[in-house]
Amino acid sequence: MTGDLLSVSGLTKAYPGVVANDAVSFAIREGEVHALLGENGAGKSTLVKMIYGLVTPDSGTMTLHGAPYVPAEPRAARAAGVAMVFQHFSLFDAMSVAENVALGMEEPPALRDLATRIRDVSETYGLPLDPFRTVGDLSAGERQRVEIIRCLLQDPKLLIMDEPTSVLTPQEVDILFKTLRKLTAEGVAILYISHKLEEIRALCDHATILRLGKTVGTCIPRETSARAMAEMMVGSAFAAPERTGRTPGPVAIEVAGLCMASPGQFGTALKDISFAVQEGEVLGIGGVAGNGQDELLAALSGEALAEAGAIRLKGAGIGRLGPAERRARGLLTAPEERLGHAAAPDMSLIENTVLTAAAREKLMHNGFLRWGAAEAFTRKIITAFDVRTPGPRTAARALSGGNLQKFVIGREVLQRPEVLVVNQPTWGVDAAAAAAIRQALLDLAANGAAVICISQDLDELMEISDRFCALNEGRLSAIRVAQGLSVEEIGLMMGGAHGMEVAHV
Amino acid sequence: MDFGSINPVLLLASLMVAATPILLAALGELVVERTGVLNLGVEGMMIIGAICGFAVAVNTGSPVLGFVAAAGGGALLSLLFALLTQFALANQVASGLALTLFGLGLSALLGQGYVGIKPPPVDKLDIPLLSDIPFLGPVLFSHDLMVYFGLGLVAAVWAVLKYTRAGLVLRAVGENHDAAHALGYKVVRIRVLAILFGGACAGLGGAYISLIRVPQWTEGMTAGAGWIALALVVFASWKAGRVLLGAWIFGGVTVLQLNLQAAGIAIPVEYLSMSPYLITILVLIIMSADRSRAPASLGRIFHASQ
Amino acid sequence: MLKLEKRPQPSQVWTYLTPLLAVMITMIAGGALFAALGKDPVAAITTIFWEPLFGEFAFYYRPQLLIKGAPLVLIAIGLSLGFRAGIWNIGAEGQYIIGALAGAGVGLAFYPTESWVIFPLMVLAGALGGWIWAMIPAILKLRFGTNEILVSLMLVYVAEKLLAAMALGLMKNPEGMGFPGSRNLRQYESAHNAELITGSGMHWGVVAAMIAVIFAYVLLNRHILGYHIRLTGQAPRAARFAGVNPARLVLFCLGTSGALAGLAGMFEVAGPAGQVSIDFNVGYGFTAIIVAFLGRLHPVGILLAGLLMALTYIGGELAQSNLGLPAAAIQLFQGMLLFFLLAVDVLTNYRIRPRRAEGVA
Repeated sequence: MTGDLLSVSGLTKAYPGVVANDAVSFAIREGEVHALLGENGAGKSTLVKMIYGLVTPDSGTMTLHGAPYVPAEPRAARAAGVAMVFQHFSLFDAMSVAENVALGMEEPPALRDLATRIRDVSETYGLPLDPFRTVGDLSAGERQRVEIIRCLLQDPKLLIMDEPTSVLTPQEVDILFKTLRKLTAEGVAILYISHKLEEIRALCDHATILRLGKTVGTCIPRETSARAMAEMMVGSAFAAPERTGRTPGPVAIEVAGLCMASPGQFGTALKDISFAVQEGEVLGIGGVAGNGQDELLAALSGEALAEAGAIRLKGAGIGRLGPAERRARGLLTAPEERLGHAAAPDMSLIENTVLTAAAREKLMHNGFLRWGAAEAFTRKIITAFDVRTPGPRTAARALSGGNLQKFVIGREVLQRPEVLVVNQPTWGVDAAAAAAIRQALLDLAANGAAVICISQDLDELMEISDRFCALNEGRLSAIRVAQGLSVEEIGLMMGGAHGMEVAHV
Repeated sequence: MDFGSINPVLLLASLMVAATPILLAALGELVVERTGVLNLGVEGMMIIGAICGFAVAVNTGSPVLGFVAAAGGGALLSLLFALLTQFALANQVASGLALTLFGLGLSALLGQGYVGIKPPPVDKLDIPLLSDIPFLGPVLFSHDLMVYFGLGLVAAVWAVLKYTRAGLVLRAVGENHDAAHALGYKVVRIRVLAILFGGACAGLGGAYISLIRVPQWTEGMTAGAGWIALALVVFASWKAGRVLLGAWIFGGVTVLQLNLQAAGIAIPVEYLSMSPYLITILVLIIMSADRSRAPASLGRIFHASQ
Repeated sequence: MLKLEKRPQPSQVWTYLTPLLAVMITMIAGGALFAALGKDPVAAITTIFWEPLFGEFAFYYRPQLLIKGAPLVLIAIGLSLGFRAGIWNIGAEGQYIIGALAGAGVGLAFYPTESWVIFPLMVLAGALGGWIWAMIPAILKLRFGTNEILVSLMLVYVAEKLLAAMALGLMKNPEGMGFPGSRNLRQYESAHNAELITGSGMHWGVVAAMIAVIFAYVLLNRHILGYHIRLTGQAPRAARFAGVNPARLVLFCLGTSGALAGLAGMFEVAGPAGQVSIDFNVGYGFTAIIVAFLGRLHPVGILLAGLLMALTYIGGELAQSNLGLPAAAIQLFQGMLLFFLLAVDVLTNYRIRPRRAEGVA
């Protein structure tokens, strides 16, 4: 086609203790989809933030259309034709779609005109959206549309997309890809950040692979095997988790007709959820983010109370019991958000051990804490789960995401749960740690525990689940045996395309 | 006891006057909270405004210069809060309290030579014709300029927040400071400006007490008006129009209890003068039924890391 | 330009150094303030910080340190529990007043009967009075979700009015020849919170403060409830996940701080102050907020901070009489201390670095 749109050479950015980007160089051509591939922590986010003007590089140069490109702030980047769709959306819940779009534009027209333009663009690209709805009420997929439309209204030359498919069903991914192809046909270049190899092979023209902040190679994804790309990305191969054959025992936990009102203005209500998990079994619960995952975990952990009989643990109704009582009975949980929910950021690992293990591991006596015992149990977690930390007295926030997640999962697994519920156990975790965590969950089930794994990572769920179901707008789909499910079937269980139309290409 | 001595026209007219200080302070705080910052130092900024305005008005003989100085003094004090919370990333609750304690001490020191002095009088703005209308004239159209300034400010704050780009950005910062930062808005700068505006408004409110409402200087004379202004923002669910309504209610209660005192009702003065504070609590309880959301980032510390 | 860099974990060293640094900066800024008022700054600072401890009349002032420090420490210990959990009781001044009124009320009701049970009953009444006054914001918060900062503060003004009403009405000394104020409890043996060792300043309030410090230390460091208080303040969501009942915590923190403030008021009215009068409260409830923060919300720190703040009260009075320093200057001085403390606190969690030259080569 044509020449380079953006070229980046020798970009370096260091943070205390870590070089996020070390002399990164690559080029994007006009009208191509260019993948930026790498593990969590490989430096993808820092790199795109520099291109978008959010972070100033320590050294290195960028050129756009052959001219030097030094965006001092996102405004300058937008003016130069660079737009970005964020992974964690930069949206304002309490405001309308139109207001959100206006905030991302340099000189927005009057709100009424803007609403018309939003309707036009959303029709053209098959992204239906009501400009006057409040963003907090939208689904994850619709929220992404707001971000995309915000970008499209500025006629970008380069569109940066940070992990856009993590919030979409397979069907919605297809629609997104059609929209993106339409855009490239119009000459827009797309910088596509992901760690999902099959997606990149389906969509992208070129790929640049990052590892530990360095460019380790480039390839043409259509002509490269997923395995070859994975090796470049990770640097070495990992053993896939081993499953031993197991015979499920009696029902450990049963949820029947669980209903729960939405906890906040923008939460999801749980509607008539029923399932049962047997001892030694792993139930995978999929679904797009924001369809009730957090609420379901809260209902199971005891942070939100249900009717007594709605949740039964080994036959006994525990719906009215709080987290501590449920733990005492063997129901343990690990929420998605590590910092601030599963662990207190400023507290030491020892103190974070006490958070859930105080009663079960006898770390207290008549209410008085036994810090010595707590430290011993913390050390046990650190050793058993290979948590990389200077010591048990280190603050939780000082650990990397993967290490903290290993600590959190380890803390629950080592308390010998009879039922363990985890939400997004490997989110934002590097491949080695993710493999270790999945193995730990499988081992737990092999030893007779019931495991419920809520996750948005379908590959993960297919790898470890015996049976699979999906959450969609607070409802649970039918439960199916995981083996042999096709991607289409899974997508339909997740709610299909959620009423999205296909782009009229 | 003589209820006949309570004149409804005077009552309503003085309600407008009694409402003005908390109206001004609450409007300023509303803007501050809309950017996601909770400044509990309103009381301190008001009392600094009260003494700055009083001292300058006495020394120059000009109430106008007094009000200008009060706005400046309040803004200057709020700058300390801005430095603490926006640059040193200190806890906003503690910093606000510090501001109040500091302001009370500083005002007492500044005001030493001013006890017992009368400030220059502020002219009433008798609007020709309108002020001659029976009933409505004295109630609405024969006040000092600051009363109308307060009303104008309500309209201005409402319009700016609702219709302008600046207002949109301001609300965005208060709603989600991380997202606003990601879009390239200067979160800290916007917040500092809002804090200064809040300080200036509180200063004006304080000066209104010392120059017009009382008018003289005594230590601690704001007597909780700043805290009532804070409650007013909650009462108003962060909406400018409802701040006005709330200010009138509080003004009305204050004026009514003063009138009852004067009328010699058989309740001791001490119990009557509790009423504005009790009403504030009552209003907070009633408003709790309205689950309108506070700005989502209210009180959270913002640090642009990575 | 400087920029802040978040530390991977809070600095231990700065945790201890920041209060000292804040005191030093306050001394310098305070000196400048006193100089601006036309006083010799060195003389003023030594009068405040040195004279009461080691000066000619130190024998008189040292006991005062305990008398002024006890209510500050007692109140600040209670406040620190709530502050740690993110529960902001700003109305300790009101609880202090109500505690004093309740304690004095019981004492005055028994007048002139002499019995050993009267004083213990007054202690109970004082604690109960403060507790009830603090339960109002607690219950309103739980039942209606009202803001405890505003409610507890409004109740300070209500308590002040109530104090005035009592001093002028119900509790007025019938033999006081029309002067406002109650009977003097120091002249009523069964109700008098007397010095335990003559000339030491040691009274029951000091003992109570010591017990409160030890109690708080054990609670926060050894007990699961103290752990839950810290956890709730640092990560409320994690606390709910751990199984903490936030409502119980609100009741406990507000109740304890109210009871301690009430005790402080009761010991004060029955001892150093002696009577219920219009100007009985001198702002201990607000100064205790400074003490709590200066002591880093740590029981031992609060003990030291309370003594330091008592020193500024005593030294301030001394500077007032010896150097003619205005009382307001001391108040301002105390306010400055909290300011500087909050400002230098940033060093505990952040590192300050020079910002590298902007732009790209």
